[in-house]
Amino acid sequence: MSADLTTTSAADLSRALQAGDLSSAEVTRAYLDRIAADDGELGAYLHVDAEAAVTSAEAVDAARAAGEELGPLAGVPLALKDVVVTAGVPTTSGSRILEGWRPPYDATLAAKLKAAGTVLLGKTNMDEFAMGSSTENSAYQVTRNPWDRDRIPGGSSGGSSAAVAGGLAPWSIGTDTGGSIRQPAALTGLVGHKPTYGSVSRYGLVAFSSSLDQAGPMARTVLDAALLHEAIAGHDAHDSTSIDCPVPVLAEAARRGAEGELAGLTVGVVRELGGEGHTDGYEDGVLDRFSAAVALLESMGAEVREVSCPAFDLALPAYYLIAPSEASSNLARFDGVRYGLRVGDDGSRDLDEVMALTREQGFGPEVKRRIILGTYALSAGYYDAYYGQAQKVRTLITRDFTSAWDDVDVLVSPTSPTVAWSIGARVDDPIAMYAADLCTLPASLAGVPAISVPCGLSEGLPVGFQIMAPALADDRCYRVAAALEAAQDAARGHRLLDELGAKENTAS
Amino acid sequence: MSTPSPKGQLTRDEVAHLAHLSRLAVSDEELDLFAGQLAAVLDAVAQVGKADVADVPPTTHAVPMTNVMRADVARPSLPRDVVLAGAPAAEDDRFRVPRILGEEA
Repeated sequence: MSADLTTTSAADLSRALQAGDLSSAEVTRAYLDRIAADDGELGAYLHVDAEAAVTSAEAVDAARAAGEELGPLAGVPLALKDVVVTAGVPTTSGSRILEGWRPPYDATLAAKLKAAGTVLLGKTNMDEFAMGSSTENSAYQVTRNPWDRDRIPGGSSGGSSAAVAGGLAPWSIGTDTGGSIRQPAALTGLVGHKPTYGSVSRYGLVAFSSSLDQAGPMARTVLDAALLHEAIAGHDAHDSTSIDCPVPVLAEAARRGAEGELAGLTVGVVRELGGEGHTDGYEDGVLDRFSAAVALLESMGAEVREVSCPAFDLALPAYYLIAPSEASSNLARFDGVRYGLRVGDDGSRDLDEVMALTREQGFGPEVKRRIILGTYALSAGYYDAYYGQAQKVRTLITRDFTSAWDDVDVLVSPTSPTVAWSIGARVDDPIAMYAADLCTLPASLAGVPAISVPCGLSEGLPVGFQIMAPALADDRCYRVAAALEAAQDAARGHRLLDELGAKENTAS
Repeated sequence: MSTPSPKGQLTRDEVAHLAHLSRLAVSDEELDLFAGQLAAVLDAVAQVGKADVADVPPTTHAVPMTNVMRADVARPSLPRDVVLAGAPAAEDDRFRVPRILGEEA
């Protein structure tokens, strides 16, 4: 293996490492070289420690040379979204309020990946506290979409999506509260999966909206996503919402799905997400790609029918009440006392004033807007009309899913109503920004698993196909996604991401 | 605080009050900006009111929540110096905070 290490799938890297055809130091250096060459413009990473990465890669190589038993992921490099707390490694969650903070402990998923022998390349950029759909709310830098560098990479896990699509990491961990794994994956031509709520530990993720936050894989292939997902899943006593059930078998589901046999599978197309009478805000190119992918599933033997989920129409308003409400409470921890920024502590001000100045300076505008909105929605006199009502709508959305599962095995929709938009186009219009999450919010509110897999290009930019499944049936998402991926790759003769490489070569 | 405005409205004064409750020392410019933006957002999210939710229970969590107990066994916690290393100010092995009472107290 040589020149194309940074386009090789993680599964292939893993195989080559295990066979001794490749050293971890070699692949790690290949990625660090790409980061050094391209991240100045792409802006995917907030923190890269090349020396630490090479040191841990060499440690894996030494262990392998000594005949130690290593897991399949040992030596494979990885990027983590900066919302994941990492011991001794700067963790900002995209916010100035945590600038320079080096956490004293590892998130459970970071510890699992460390124990698996993965090599941390760095921490990726994100919307501040994961609040956003374009990564433009990062307090630090703009991240560019590798497919068109004047466009956003999606969000909030936009640093992760840009890094993986741009060849600056083989795969990455993102987090998804309302679509923050799936939407950036869709907009950059990647596979991104939001696991069943509670199936991946939230311990050590900087909290945004605790009843919704979930970490998951972002990768170049369905199989890679499945392998990474398996490595982070499982019960954790440190997370009281963690589901105590066996680690799901996902890579096998992906391999089986790639065989392309979908007979016996019933697919429900959600009318409310881009179907008849619900196409406002959806680009024609997105709907065309989506329909073609549905037809492909049908050609592989799946039975397709339309399903109506009327409460999905209210997912967006419900989400933008529930998430800010939980955020206003979660972010109260940033008080300038125990960690992070403190402003104005000159002896003349009391704690309240210092706290207010710290939060004023430490938080960006979107975070402030959501804290204020959440505080309002939770206020006496408004609680029932807003937060309480939103929680009831959440029940209606869950019921729509439950009744759909009586008739279909999975539900499908576009992942995002549009392709990636131009940097700056929506920054002054929160409502337009929120509309980017239209398709991803129902699965978030119901806590069910959902994957985004590429389904072609529209105007030269990637389109994502979303597959939702019942809680704990994440394997169905992987199976159907792998079938779609394999059929499309076979039809076009190469992976979608190869077209990005070809595009870059033409440009340079 | 000002009198609560009708549902769906959010005045500049109310935003200022909410910012104070949230411990955010917002500037006048931010107040102007946020008041307009939040009024638009509130208008959009108020659509949840359209749903017929008679007899519908609220969902607080996607998975059924039960209290989780663990054995009452002491476990090591983070060392004090490690915890204080991340603090903005520490003194005598403790977090140092600005005074918590006003001048008149």
